[in-house]
Amino acid sequence: MSEYLAVLIFIFVGAGMVLFTFFLARILRPHNPYPEKNVNYECAELPIGSSWIKFHNRYYIFALIFVIFDVEAVFLFPWAVAFGQLGLYALVEMVIFIFILLFGLLYAWKKGVLKWA
Amino acid sequence: MISPVFAVGELDGLFRWLNELLVSIGLPQPWQDVIMYAALSATVFGLLALIALFLVWWERKIAAHIQQRFGPMRVGWHGWYQTVMDALKLLQKEDIRVATRDKVVFFWAPVICFVAAFSAYVCMPFGRGLIVADLNIGILYIMAVTTFTVISLLMAGWGSNNKYALLGGMRSAAQVISYEVPMVVSLLAVILYVGSLSMVDIVESQSGWFNWFIFRVPFGPIAFVTYTVAAIAEANRTPFDIPEAEQELVAGYNVEYSGMKFAMFFLAEFINMFTVSAIAATVFLGGWNGPWLPSWVWFMGKTLSMVFLLMLVRWTYPRLRVDQLMEFAWKFLVPVTFANLILAGILKYLGYWE
Repeated sequence: MSEYLAVLIFIFVGAGMVLFTFFLARILRPHNPYPEKNVNYECAELPIGSSWIKFHNRYYIFALIFVIFDVEAVFLFPWAVAFGQLGLYALVEMVIFIFILLFGLLYAWKKGVLKWA
Repeated sequence: MISPVFAVGELDGLFRWLNELLVSIGLPQPWQDVIMYAALSATVFGLLALIALFLVWWERKIAAHIQQRFGPMRVGWHGWYQTVMDALKLLQKEDIRVATRDKVVFFWAPVICFVAAFSAYVCMPFGRGLIVADLNIGILYIMAVTTFTVISLLMAGWGSNNKYALLGGMRSAAQVISYEVPMVVSLLAVILYVGSLSMVDIVESQSGWFNWFIFRVPFGPIAFVTYTVAAIAEANRTPFDIPEAEQELVAGYNVEYSGMKFAMFFLAEFINMFTVSAIAATVFLGGWNGPWLPSWVWFMGKTLSMVFLLMLVRWTYPRLRVDQLMEFAWKFLVPVTFANLILAGILKYLGYWE
């Protein structure tokens, strides 16, 4: 498991380097804020209302389809690695599995869900 | 102990010296590993910073020459240290913080964006033995870690409390997760043949003449093309740069960022471009395999050729509309990549090209 230590250290060193450059910039840069400067950018207009509002639900539907296919990919990874030892049975099973999910995609397609209207 | 330490001339000696020093002062084993990995990650950080600086300059030159301009010409020969100067300038820029921002999310978004791009290099095989740690889940790890970029872009969009930024962040999330599926599945067709997720195993199974996966007809070229298209979308580059479409969203998720925070997003974007090219070079183009030249020259040559291809595509094609983009992913790329995966499975079962 010693190799996975590298992952942890990369995460900490990466974050540390970024925070260090932020610190360096803090020493070097000017700091002169005033209310007009800190207004949200909206092409020189004053923004109307907050932007934390309800969003169109098509994003949510695409996220749902993505979750289904990503979970499928998670099942496909061990199958692909062990394919050499498994033979015909695994191939047929996985083809059936893929076709069931592609049928789901076809259903979503026919329902008009995949249309970015 | 870390067996495959960097083996490029002086660097190898430096790491061996550091290792001997750590052993001689009698640190316990876990701390030796920690210090060695920290030194390696600092080296990789420096390398990536250099690569990113070079890529920004290169991209500007290519764009200029495609558009019959000169591009940066003033600082140094053909403006070769223009990007160094730009980085120094960004370091001195005032950090403008929007008054209505979400403080925590706004601050951590660039950090997560950079860390997600940087930690993919734990198991990137730069050459024979030139890998920090050969994780046995190598390619799955890289795909998983680089996807964290989506979260940081969403955080940047949400934290800025700006409508352009939020739209950019949401679009980017929708796009990146849609192209994630064809990208992973086109890599699976290759993993099926290798029987391992380790990056080193993938490269070693491609040694020899015309043994690269792109030459293994019919599934190799198809997987390469679908991977490249998905990779361009993953790196948020034209023709798939909907998240930061300048003309409609000004700059997308990073409108409100300035100074070093903006620089981190920019740096992570170029590192991500190098990452997807390096994966393409490793998985489809044989990685560090090649005659006569040192292995790391082959790796860098192939990766930079891929980067060059991505840049040519960026400056040649116009941008797609959002609906075309999403429908292309789900109605064309996903079925094609799954069909290709099944084809690769059948060919492997029939014992084709063992």
